[in-house]
Amino acid sequence: MTCRELAEFLDRYLGGELAAAEAAEFDRHLTICPDCVAYLQTYRETVRLGKAAFAAGGGPPAAIPPDLVAAILAARGKRA
Amino acid sequence: MPKAPPPWMRPDESDLVARLRAGEDAAFEEVVREHGPALLVVTRRFLRNEEDARDAVQDAFLSAFKAIGGFAQGARLSTWLHRIAVNAALMKLRAKRSRPEELLDDLLPRFQADGHFAEAVAAWQETTDADLQREETRRRVRGTIDRLPETYRTVLLLRDIEELDTEESARVLGITPNAVKVRLHRAHQALRTLLDRESRKATA
Repeated sequence: MTCRELAEFLDRYLGGELAAAEAAEFDRHLTICPDCVAYLQTYRETVRLGKAAFAAGGGPPAAIPPDLVAAILAARGKRA
Repeated sequence: MPKAPPPWMRPDESDLVARLRAGEDAAFEEVVREHGPALLVVTRRFLRNEEDARDAVQDAFLSAFKAIGGFAQGARLSTWLHRIAVNAALMKLRAKRSRPEELLDDLLPRFQADGHFAEAVAAWQETTDADLQREETRRRVRGTIDRLPETYRTVLLLRDIEELDTEESARVLGITPNAVKVRLHRAHQALRTLLDRESRKATA
């Protein structure tokens, strides 16, 4: 098992989608390869950071611009 | 005697839906003012251009008004509108796709002929939960996500942020579930690369 293979299928490994024998290969490689251990750690952090980045900060979203409201209502009116 | 609306639906929402169905002008204005802001937040994520984001909100409301007859009683208006807004944003992206896709290769990991990483991989300091909650951290990461090639960014937004599952994402994008998985993985790899470069700059 190479680093290239690990990086390619890391998502399947983390998602529990690999067969037991394949997953065992990943486990084994991770005991001997510090680069892959670091890659896995940073990949997981990446997913975590990405998901948190859009979590609602406090407060409601800013108001909708009045000209947009007007444009929408006018466009609806045209369909009557 | 009409059935009571579900407890989580605000008392006036079923009334608003009835008024929309009846074609009442004041109801349309009300729904645009009340739900517009949240829809703009959604479209802005997908479309990095303010004008496009606004156009997509307009498209979303116009679609919703046409489809209000099919709005299921007992469903939540905000959820329904949110979905329509996501679809409107995706359609806008599709319509706009004029320039060639940025190359992803530069953002994927490199390997030697024997399959080892070409460069040593460094671990990162874990972001604390406290830091993760800070707007500054989030803004920085959002900015980095914005730099991803659009195809990959879109899948990341749908799967990780909108939380559509693989099958739903595949349907919405018109690609296979496997393609969704591959693109999401590439998006994560590319984002990792960008974040890694930033962290190296910060500690340099």
